[in-house]
Amino acid sequence: MRLTRRSFIRVAGVTAGGTLALSAQARQGSTADDDRLPGVLVDTTRCVGCRGCEAACAEANDLPAPPEGDLAKLGRRDTTTRAFTVINRTDAPGGGDRFGKKQCMHCLAPACASACPVRALNKLPTGPVTYDPSKCMGCRYCMVACPFDVPRYEYEALAPRVRKCTFCAPRQARGLPPACVEACPSGALTFGRRHELLEEAKRRIYGEPDRYVHRVYGEHEAGGTSFLYVSDVPFEQVGLQAGVPEKPYPELVAGALGAPPLVMTLWPPLLMGLYAFSKRRDEVERREADGKEEHHG
Amino acid sequence: MDSARTAALEQPSFFREKILLGMSLPDYLRSLLTPWNAVAAVILAIGVPCLIYRFAAGLGASTNLSQAYPWGLWIGFDMMTGVVLAAGGFTIGASVQLLGLKEFHAIERPAILTAFVGYVMAVVGLLADLGRPWNIVMAVVNAGSASALFEIAWCVMCYTTVLLLEFTVPFFEWLGWRRIHTVMKKALLALTVLSVMFSTMHQSALGSLFLLAPTKLHPLWYSPFIFIFFFISAILAGISMVIVECAISHKVFARRLEGQPHVDADRLTIGLGKAGAIVAFAYFFLKMQGVVDGHAWGYLLTGYGALFLVETVGFVLVPSLLYAYGARHEKVRLVKLAAAMTIAGIVFNRLNVSVFAFNWQNPARYWPSWMEVSVSLALVTVGVLAFRWIVNRMPILFEDPAFSNHE
Repeated sequence: MRLTRRSFIRVAGVTAGGTLALSAQARQGSTADDDRLPGVLVDTTRCVGCRGCEAACAEANDLPAPPEGDLAKLGRRDTTTRAFTVINRTDAPGGGDRFGKKQCMHCLAPACASACPVRALNKLPTGPVTYDPSKCMGCRYCMVACPFDVPRYEYEALAPRVRKCTFCAPRQARGLPPACVEACPSGALTFGRRHELLEEAKRRIYGEPDRYVHRVYGEHEAGGTSFLYVSDVPFEQVGLQAGVPEKPYPELVAGALGAPPLVMTLWPPLLMGLYAFSKRRDEVERREADGKEEHHG
Repeated sequence: MDSARTAALEQPSFFREKILLGMSLPDYLRSLLTPWNAVAAVILAIGVPCLIYRFAAGLGASTNLSQAYPWGLWIGFDMMTGVVLAAGGFTIGASVQLLGLKEFHAIERPAILTAFVGYVMAVVGLLADLGRPWNIVMAVVNAGSASALFEIAWCVMCYTTVLLLEFTVPFFEWLGWRRIHTVMKKALLALTVLSVMFSTMHQSALGSLFLLAPTKLHPLWYSPFIFIFFFISAILAGISMVIVECAISHKVFARRLEGQPHVDADRLTIGLGKAGAIVAFAYFFLKMQGVVDGHAWGYLLTGYGALFLVETVGFVLVPSLLYAYGARHEKVRLVKLAAAMTIAGIVFNRLNVSVFAFNWQNPARYWPSWMEVSVSLALVTVGVLAFRWIVNRMPILFEDPAFSNHE
């Protein structure tokens, strides 16, 4: 009896410890610290579609120069392994053009990094979500997990890499803004602290409430992203993913990942208990059978 | 010198008895010329070069994977389906070793062997699918512990080792190594506990993978409880696979069973059918609960709804009723039919989750290339051949009488 109680306490202790450790591990969405991270505000009403950002991005990342020509003729494009940002054209409300920019959103709690079993994708404390091919085993779970369809895979290569925007982490480390922001001539891209950009975004919306959509895309999407968008056309129209949950993605799986410590601590005693039970049952049966035989004999 | 000569004399006889089934080499080779072996040879002749080509030319040249579909047949079928269909190993192991259901003792070894072969093949398929397979060691040294895939990597690794160790019991019987056989046999109980533990974790974690795709996986399949669905269906798959395997084994290996203590296969099938009925119905009920919980009723009338209903009603509810009816009225054939249907339904479920209902809002579609299909077929074929090779030689369908010293 005493042994049972002691082992019960031990199991309970280990279980509680494991659960606590795990809950401490799960990220709790955007915090005050996250808001001080760098961000980019994309104001689609100010973009003129010059695609200077595309060219600057290609140059900064040693990628081939983007295709030249009129956006209308190029058709709908998406980011590729050799183009980390693209601009697409759509119609403005009163006629004319609107442009949507796509690149990695650099989530505050990135789905890709939480999905990565080898920590090849990482959220740097300074903000960018970066990739290290020397750790990657090529499972492509990041591509499954990313709600914005950002990671791109070099299927043609024999040692394929995941390719995506780096938020110009090397440039930022030198105190420079991302190449796309630096190249933008129209003020459509603003680089700054995320909390300041959020204030600026809302100031613009409140300043022209009839013009802007009353929401900052990226404030809450997937738990908040470093790239923030304001627009006067629906966000889906400028190529932004609709219906992305507001929960930080790592939390979607945190409950299920809380199971292993429980399973590891509870299953062995439970199963051994079942074994002891079945063994005892067999013994009793055998003894009863023996007893009967004795009676008969 | 004398001992060297005896060794030289003994060796060919060992080879002849244990490997060539007591035949001379020409006789043995002649015995391999059967129609089924010809089919297997054709599949391997196509599949193996395709597998080599994948490593020589890359994923892009050999598969239809795309930016929108990073996971295709090799994950959806080889990994997802291969692992779930190998669940018989832990299900039957636990029934015999832990729950004391001694009547299933006769099918414990085939179930464990199937699981072992199945896992090895799933891992080979995974290595083909990984873009940088040489970095698989990173999963050990560079723990990404926030990932369900990390959990799977560890559990599959550990569980395959456990299965290997469980398999050494008949293996040492075959070799006649008594002392280590006794040790392993004693370890079987602990290994079974570990097998249940690891299986619980990774069978469910294969479902948890998709928790990170709420916008991509169709709402009829996406559920916060998907990992529970995966676990319950793994138990169901384990039970059903053992029924089908039992039926096939007793037909194919009938000659091997001659002179062995008789096992009432029909009674076992009925017993498994009872369990199958309960688990299948529970699984169906949970799947419906998932639809209610996800407020996904509206989708049932769409094309995806039809797909979902075929899967859950046609291949879960109907077999659960067949199981129940067959077990109650002792109709063995009906139970076997229910088992085959259940297996088809679970394969269908894994493919739905990882391929068909994935990216449901994306116009891009995926269809495996002929090379992907032939590699998958080749892996299944290698698994079946390995299983047959071992069963024909080692004491899998029965215990070596020289070793059953207990009871």
